[in-house]
Amino acid sequence: MKLDRRAFMGTSAAVAAALAAPMVRAAGHGKPRVVVVGGGAGGATAARYIAKDSKGAVDVTLIEPTRTYYTCFFSNLYLGGFKEIEDIGHSYGTLAASGVNVVHDWAVGVDRGAKTVSLAGGATLGYDKLILSPGIDFVDGAVQGWDLSAQNAMPHAYKAGSQTELLKAQLMAMPEGGTFAMVAPPNPYRCPPGPYERISMIAHFLKANNPTAKIIVADPKPKFSKMALFQEGWADHYDGMIDWIGEEFGGGDVSVDPGAMTVTISGEETKVDVCNVIPAMKAGRIADIAGVTDGKWAPVNAADMSTKADPDVYVLGDASQQGDMPKSGFSANSQAKVCANAVRGALTGSKVFPARFSNTCWSLIDTNDGVKVGATYEATPEKIAKVDGFISKTGESSDVRKATYEESEGWYAGITEDMFG
Amino acid sequence: MSKLSLHTFSRLAVDLMRWRLVVALTGAFAASTIAHAENLGDAENGKRLYQECRSCHAIGRNAKNKVGPHLNNLFGRKAASVEGFRYSKSLERQAAGGLEWHIDTLHAFIENPTQVASGTRMRYRGMKDPQDRADLMAYLRQFSDSPANISEADPTADAEDHDLSPEILALTGDPEYGEYLSGECTTCHQAGGEDRGIPSIVQWPEDVFVIAMHAYKNKTRAHPVMQMVAGRLSDEEIAALAAYFAGQELE
Ligand SMILES: Cc1cc2nc3c(=O)[nH]c(=O)nc-3n(C[C@H](O)[C@H](O)[C@H](O)COP(=O)(O)OP(=O)(O)OC[C@H]3O[C@@H](n4cnc5c(N)ncnc54)[C@H](O)[C@@H]3O)c2cc1C
Repeated sequence: MKLDRRAFMGTSAAVAAALAAPMVRAAGHGKPRVVVVGGGAGGATAARYIAKDSKGAVDVTLIEPTRTYYTCFFSNLYLGGFKEIEDIGHSYGTLAASGVNVVHDWAVGVDRGAKTVSLAGGATLGYDKLILSPGIDFVDGAVQGWDLSAQNAMPHAYKAGSQTELLKAQLMAMPEGGTFAMVAPPNPYRCPPGPYERISMIAHFLKANNPTAKIIVADPKPKFSKMALFQEGWADHYDGMIDWIGEEFGGGDVSVDPGAMTVTISGEETKVDVCNVIPAMKAGRIADIAGVTDGKWAPVNAADMSTKADPDVYVLGDASQQGDMPKSGFSANSQAKVCANAVRGALTGSKVFPARFSNTCWSLIDTNDGVKVGATYEATPEKIAKVDGFISKTGESSDVRKATYEESEGWYAGITEDMFG
Repeated sequence: MSKLSLHTFSRLAVDLMRWRLVVALTGAFAASTIAHAENLGDAENGKRLYQECRSCHAIGRNAKNKVGPHLNNLFGRKAASVEGFRYSKSLERQAAGGLEWHIDTLHAFIENPTQVASGTRMRYRGMKDPQDRADLMAYLRQFSDSPANISEADPTADAEDHDLSPEILALTGDPEYGEYLSGECTTCHQAGGEDRGIPSIVQWPEDVFVIAMHAYKNKTRAHPVMQMVAGRLSDEEIAALAAYFAGQELE
């Protein structure tokens, strides 16, 4: 039996619309042009898939200022001593081999009328379709006493690379019996289990190197992702080391003083040795500049990740406001493939299949103690909606936890190969 | 396809998975080894044929290295990996490139050792008859752990346990649709065929793939991520994925 493709088409109004009016460029007008801003989980995947699948029929340019992309995923494992910094760095050379034109620069302006992107270096690029996957920026004034100028004294380490290395260096230099503080972010933010995996990894490091040290977490939320699993793991592995102060104990009422290295939680001031401030987040600034945000994030159509503001501008990953998917690298990668399929279809008339999304987030609590949470999603007219999900269970055997950790290693190899080739 | 041959076919799949990096090397004999594996069988005759090997290779209880390495637990072992045995540079190079001993690679090696490792120290002209090689391997295999015991990480779709209807197995998948759907797989299963932490799924025989996915879908195989992913794939979508991965070329 052969598949009936029309049956698939019928399932998505937006996809059908995109198919009805494919913008196929006549020969002589040059190839259709796609500009992708941001070479992370969303942008690198989208650029690679469009270039690879269109086999040269679409001109794909990726704008990314850094030459090495350090993945935020597994950056906590670097803090815990399970990875070296080189293990999480990826260069863009392989993308060029897939036919992507990689330009190392910042996008600083978008003219949606003229359909151009301007770069910090002065160049202007025209596009038929623009894909923005700039990740996150921090909300100004989100944590009293902290702004970006304080990021050396109190690192966020929520964009990986030098910030992550700095936090690690501070951790290693902590005095014996010292105090590590984290200011956790409010929802929504990138990687819901990220701060708590980080706490686990820092506890792992301190247990081995500085066992009398203490960890305090000031959290504006009453609960967090995989909370039961983390709390069970913290009690099992790091008993008495971690003090998590949630919303009901005033965890949301926080100010910091980067000069004095103090943290004040609900009126009580504490002197700390290292302070990891993870402020509230919003879409990477270029999404704002492009005028496709509404508040902090860019609302998108679930069928193809095009923005509500402009059908020729797409937003992927953390910067998008899409519905039920968590802001994760897995999600951004999944959304990128749906978007790539739709964009290529619109530009070349290739077949467009209905959107389908999935996500799984692994976290490491201690050596060989991995947990995971995941779900599948579908596009509805309103949003990306959750279909089905699962989460690791408390009390699982150590074999299961070890296999889960090993799986996360496989996933890391898989997704980075999927992004960069 | 008879029950028996489907079973051996699925066992071949196990080995195909392990084969990955060797594909470039043995690619030329791929088609012929698939045919051979269906004949894997007569261990009695294999034992007789083994007399040819005995002067150099020990097997069984207390087997030690002789002129050649012992052959216990040969199946699934990395080439050139028996402790205390000095291998040729040539075989070590193949091992570094990922050569492991499974039905397919053994077929190629026993047929003519130098076609796998040109400088091998195994001075053996080769066993030309595929049926003889299959019989010999059936014998050797009795001295290796059964692949069925090698845990979840090995793609051991058990062709005997399934109760899939013939109609589902007969569906012809659309590889182009499968390629699109495969995006959901390649976030975790490495597209290049490596299998660190998560099994490789490239180049599985179609029916083995279909049987495995349906086993996840109806939750007879345990794994929450796979149950979730397979749970919402239609029969046609599973067939499409099977068609795509079976035909996938490795770079
Ligand atoms: C500690 C931590 C742990 C995490 N762990 C996991 C995990 O285990 N699993 C998981 O799935 N996710 C994890 N994540 C989340 C994941 O890293 C993000 O969700 C993912 O990177 C989002 O992809 P993106 O494409 O939206 O943004 P990013 O991957 O951040 O990419 C954005 C890129 O855009 C570039 N950029 C920004 N502005 C511009 C501009 N104006 N011009 C040009 N380029 C620009 C940036 O340089 C950057 O390279 C973790 C995150 C953190 C912080």
